[in-house]
Amino acid sequence: MPILKKDMLGLEGLQGDKISLILDTAASMKEILGRQIKKVPTLRGKTVVNMFYEPSTRTRTSFELASKYLSADAVNISASTSSAVKGESLGDTAATIAALGADVVVLRHPMAGAPLLLARSVKCAVINAGDGAHEHPSQGLLDLFTVREKKGRIEGLQVAVVGDVLHSRVARSDIWGFTQMGASVRLCGPSTMMPAEIEQTGAICFTRMEEALEGADVVIMLRIQMERQQQGLFPGVREYARLFGLNHKKLALAAPQALVMHPGPINRGVEISHEVADGVQSVINEQVTNGVAVRMALLYLLTGGGMSDVAH
Amino acid sequence: MPGDYKQKAVILDREGIRRALTRIAHEIIERNKGTENLALIGIRNRGVPLAARLAARILQIEGKEVPVGTLDITLYRDDLSTLANQPLVRQTEVHFPVAGKTIVLVDDVMFTGRTIRAALDAVIDLGRPRLIQLAVLVDRGHRELPIRSDYVGKNVPTSKKENVSVLLDETDGDEKVVITEGENFY
Repeated sequence: MPILKKDMLGLEGLQGDKISLILDTAASMKEILGRQIKKVPTLRGKTVVNMFYEPSTRTRTSFELASKYLSADAVNISASTSSAVKGESLGDTAATIAALGADVVVLRHPMAGAPLLLARSVKCAVINAGDGAHEHPSQGLLDLFTVREKKGRIEGLQVAVVGDVLHSRVARSDIWGFTQMGASVRLCGPSTMMPAEIEQTGAICFTRMEEALEGADVVIMLRIQMERQQQGLFPGVREYARLFGLNHKKLALAAPQALVMHPGPINRGVEISHEVADGVQSVINEQVTNGVAVRMALLYLLTGGGMSDVAH
Repeated sequence: MPGDYKQKAVILDREGIRRALTRIAHEIIERNKGTENLALIGIRNRGVPLAARLAARILQIEGKEVPVGTLDITLYRDDLSTLANQPLVRQTEVHFPVAGKTIVLVDDVMFTGRTIRAALDAVIDLGRPRLIQLAVLVDRGHRELPIRSDYVGKNVPTSKKENVSVLLDETDGDEKVVITEGENFY
């Protein structure tokens, strides 16, 4: 029995021992990133197809580098250059990819559930790289990895997630992942940006940021999508920054040495101030490095890795 | 220890392992005319405690500390594409530059030579050593690659149906080398 299922579609329902296996494997992969020659022959001959139907720099590059460091061949398809603009359906694109002989497909799609649809129609492994406002599991895992590495544990920590929770797939993956690993998740944002019944996930909601930050060990700031302002979800950027932006003064309410994280790209001066984004408590850049290690672990494990010791 | 097995013979006991490692430590020093530029790298799992023990003996004999590292060769195996489930990846911990060094790879059992082939690739990816030597506690034959060991605790002719198991205090809570027959649990 393989340890992971065929695909990585989300952290919801993923057991703690499986999350731990991914994080342990990522720790081994991180050692490779510190080498002068960042390449191991492990996935030689395997093909990873990155299909991005939404703009992305770090996630796509991260998956691409992760594939290359493991010696897999990576192919990138973006919506604007694919046959999707000619009206090809996702199902037909999937059939084409299967016929091309891909071993792993990494899919970013604006529609929640698209990776599941794809996973059901192809034999190869599918990794969800963000689907609508549903999940972004590799980001959730790299957040878990960063916290575990910095704090030595996840269990018992207070994790505050602040911002546009409604539209954030990162928030959802973080909620499932951190809750499963025994941390408490606090959510905070404008009430127009808080999903209904989100508390059923086990997270606790706050309307005032100060209360959400009080004694928090980890503060995860979500990107405010500027186009949301046109929808009237918040009155103005300056007001948002004042109420829900993270600055030194608000960070002081959190536990000493609390970690500041952000999935990027950041809007400086909106959800996070310059001095906090570049401050000593910020691990935003380390998140990016850890993202490559976590994605290497996912690629390795989904192509069959993770069984215990085998004779050699 | 997992699996059912029938122990056929003890080929090294506690004292035997101790003497073999002491001799290997002397041989390493003699062959390399001291410990200058020398480093030991143990191959997971049981090569790791063996490398640490060899380093301790070299310190006793020569009064010099040699750096010790740990190598996980999982990502370099040549059978990854043929195994249904790939093995767990553990960490490689080599906290010294290998470039220009004399590296002694340490493993418990030498069998097909494929582990050592993978280990050579793994070490060379970390840098360019001046020289790589190999120390094993037991050499049981049946090589599938043109690889030989430089230091051997004991040569043991075996049949392919047999297994050689090294048990160490650090990893198994016992100290002996046994030949077993049956389920391949190693």
